[in-house]
Amino acid sequence: MTGNYAELARALLPEAALIAGVLGVLGIDLVWLRARSTALRLRIAVGVAAVAVVAAMFATWAEAGIGPVPGGALVLDSLAVAARLGVLGLALLTLGVVTGAPAPRHPAEYVAIMLFATTGFALMAAAQQLLMAFLALELASLPLYVLAGFDKERPESAEAALKYFLVGGMSSAFLLFGFSLIYGLTGSIELPQIAAALGRQGFSPLRAVAWVMVLVAFGFKVAAAPFHLWAPDAYQGAPPASTALIASGSKLAGFVLFARLLWPALGTAAGAAAGPRGDQGWLPAVALMAGASLLLGNVAALVQRDVRRLLAYSAIGHAGALLLGVIALGGSGPAPLFYYAATYGLAALGAFGVIAGVERVGGCARIEDLAGLHRRSPLLAACLLIFMLSLAGIPPLAGFFGKFSVFVAAFRLDGLAGPAGWLALLAILLSVVALYYYLIVLKQALVAAPAPGAPRIAVPRPAALALASAAGLLVLLGAFPSLLLAWF
Amino acid sequence: MSLLPWTIYVSFAGALVVLLVGARSVAAARWFALATAAGGWGVALLAAGVFQPTPGLQTLVDLAWIPELGVRYHLAADGISLTLVVLTGLVATAGVLFSWNVEERTGEFLALYLALVGGVYGVFLSADVLLFLVFYELAIAPKYFLIACWGSTRREYGAMKLALYSFAGSALVLAGILWAHAAGGGHGFALAELAAGSFTRAQAAGMFALVFFGFAVLAGLFPLHTWAPTGHVAAPTAASMLLAGVVMKLGAYGCLRVALPLFPAGFAFWQPVIAWLALAGIVYAGLAALVQEDFKFVIGYSSVSHMGFVLLGLAAANARAVSGAVLQMFSHGVIAGLLFAVVGRMVYDRTHTRRLADLRALPLHRWLPFAAVTFVLAGFASMGMPGFSGFPAELTVLIGVWKASPAWVLAAVVGMLIAAAFTLRAIQLSFFGQAGSTGPGQSGAAGSAARSPLPPITWPERAGALLLLAVTVLIGLKPDLLLDWIGPSLQSPFMQAALKGGAP
Repeated sequence: MTGNYAELARALLPEAALIAGVLGVLGIDLVWLRARSTALRLRIAVGVAAVAVVAAMFATWAEAGIGPVPGGALVLDSLAVAARLGVLGLALLTLGVVTGAPAPRHPAEYVAIMLFATTGFALMAAAQQLLMAFLALELASLPLYVLAGFDKERPESAEAALKYFLVGGMSSAFLLFGFSLIYGLTGSIELPQIAAALGRQGFSPLRAVAWVMVLVAFGFKVAAAPFHLWAPDAYQGAPPASTALIASGSKLAGFVLFARLLWPALGTAAGAAAGPRGDQGWLPAVALMAGASLLLGNVAALVQRDVRRLLAYSAIGHAGALLLGVIALGGSGPAPLFYYAATYGLAALGAFGVIAGVERVGGCARIEDLAGLHRRSPLLAACLLIFMLSLAGIPPLAGFFGKFSVFVAAFRLDGLAGPAGWLALLAILLSVVALYYYLIVLKQALVAAPAPGAPRIAVPRPAALALASAAGLLVLLGAFPSLLLAWF
Repeated sequence: MSLLPWTIYVSFAGALVVLLVGARSVAAARWFALATAAGGWGVALLAAGVFQPTPGLQTLVDLAWIPELGVRYHLAADGISLTLVVLTGLVATAGVLFSWNVEERTGEFLALYLALVGGVYGVFLSADVLLFLVFYELAIAPKYFLIACWGSTRREYGAMKLALYSFAGSALVLAGILWAHAAGGGHGFALAELAAGSFTRAQAAGMFALVFFGFAVLAGLFPLHTWAPTGHVAAPTAASMLLAGVVMKLGAYGCLRVALPLFPAGFAFWQPVIAWLALAGIVYAGLAALVQEDFKFVIGYSSVSHMGFVLLGLAAANARAVSGAVLQMFSHGVIAGLLFAVVGRMVYDRTHTRRLADLRALPLHRWLPFAAVTFVLAGFASMGMPGFSGFPAELTVLIGVWKASPAWVLAAVVGMLIAAAFTLRAIQLSFFGQAGSTGPGQSGAAGSAARSPLPPITWPERAGALLLLAVTVLIGLKPDLLLDWIGPSLQSPFMQAALKGGAP
């Protein structure tokens, strides 16, 4: 690789800060805190990690607008910087949620693995080369498998991790196969060269196979139907703080990475959404995945009794709407997709943060376990109200404008003449279904009386701060969507 | 006029203050809520005092909000919106007075109530269609929780049904607006920009159907009205007053402000369908009200029936009929508020039954003479007796409709007769079931009020009822107060696109 290593090091400063944070968390815990209580170890680990994440955010902010990094493996355009800031911010909030969740048995290791995953997300956000993309994805995925199985006392946690790992490993294999086909077709692993080479070639069956392989991995990473099967079990079994990260940062990074893979590289091959050659690009496949996810996620969520499974199926539904954002990216740029993914991440993270808080004092499996939350913890209940209404897309919360901007972009492609407009119509109608199941959850939390003997819930201050910030951000970004939309 | 946006801000700020204060002192929360509601109304009246009717909307605020999507924070008002803003202030103030007895989670109740009021003000003042929808959907969550937490009969069912119907309606509207936005070139969401798009006939018919029927869900158009009776019955008194009095008007206002002017060609296609559905609603809901066993269901169905006149006036689409429809919105807002206040607050909170068969066994006209008088007057107003606001409103609608189609008037008159029948039946069964006898445990009329087993009517109830009665009589005697505002608004080129046929 040719290039200036100093430039590359500067581009990787955020990742360096995160890795330094990992070493700090583990080292401090190993040297001074082995004999201390779990709660103290957790608090210190989270504190050190938070400093590292904030440092990474500053480093990201400082390097905004560098553009392609020498060597070509990374690109720091506005999308990459925004996505890096987004995943770092979501990781920071997740760290807050960790303090409000049941304490893990090995707190320092838990926090360190979260930082590793965050490093992977940050690299995914900027990867511009097939090899880098694959490595970043693996760096992000492997820690997430561990996080899903971190609660060794519950067999469900192990089950979640195993399912997540098996399906994830399979999809990595698909992705690698797809990448190798692309390399074979174009002779390059750099996305700009791939884009140029694919633009020169016509349609070939091999290329269709390559797309399918990439889309399988994409569908798995963002839990889109029909590759969603791991999601309900993983969301249900994993410790809620891990799920918060899987549902927020991982999703945002995944969408940014695959949007970049699909558009700048394979984008030249994208059939126009409605054109006569529409069946030749990857767009029809993504449109099918979007429609299937919207339908399956929203309908299956209706019958869930477990609040985490409900959120998992609703996440599948949201993945469908986000795929619509990927389709519409060709017309309106990445702003709607990024806004939707980031604000969805905030709301999902918050919802699992509330579940984590409830789980500290007892189970939070069934929806009924949330009963009387407004008495047990007014703060959690108020935050849950904002998270759920944002997920449901009620204005003036950010969730509404996320959906709205994606739908506008989809309609602007070619109105109701192409599949994007009809998918947007489907998504609008299914949002009514979604409101039903979100209101079912809120009904328990805000209307029902607490079960007899249900204790009050004390929320540790960092967790309260994280949840309140997430809720505040949803309100702020809802009142002023331009704060994010104008970034691009 | 430039004061009007403060109705929105005052309501939301008041909601926040009441929520915080309510945690400490219930009494303070009530007074704060009353001050907020009355403050919003006062702002509306102040603005009305200096209002100069002009054709077209008078811009109040116009700022870039989401330039990336072409959405502006554009508030504007004309005579129609001013009429409804004044109505909102009036009903909101009366509603607080009639919820003086809410003891459980009072602060939260009043905060949600004021948030709902703020959203309603926002809808009536929005000139950007997306802003309109934002306020429109903003009102859904407060409605749900007001009913689900503080309601009565099958409250969770009623609340969910209402929330889903409202949201489904607004989803249809959103779909139609996005379609129009994309087909028109995708510039912005201001009314004028959307209207500038040129649509084919089929497109216009499709967009109009989505937008109009989406809004009509909330206006109670037959057969999309079924949320209304269950929702109104399940809601606590103040929420029923607001739902029937103002929230149903949001739907009708959306039809008038958005659907009709944006898609005149689509309206021409659907006009007869809408008129006959409105007539079916008037007659069907009236017949349904005639056989209800639950006192509140009678009023719930009567609301649907009376809203049918509003929709019929819109369907007739001439200046006379539409100004009658707007007047009917105001009139029904006041009268429905009054009826729900009597049924929900004065009677049900005291007797704990709403079954007409049970009420019939009680000499309520002697135990609650104030409630009886109020209900009789409100019933007369609702039937369209001269001297009350219902009379000029329904008469104006019918005169306008006659120009469009005499057959529609005949059907509507049948509906008015049914309305008289169910109102008189409700009056007779509820308050005067024991008018002939001396009543159980009563030795005579003299002094019986003193021995009434029910708590007496409190001062907030009297104040609220007198306020609403005074307004319905005032408008009944001098409807020009409002018609002078409404008339010029319909002369704007924008409205004229929708209004065709029939002299003003």
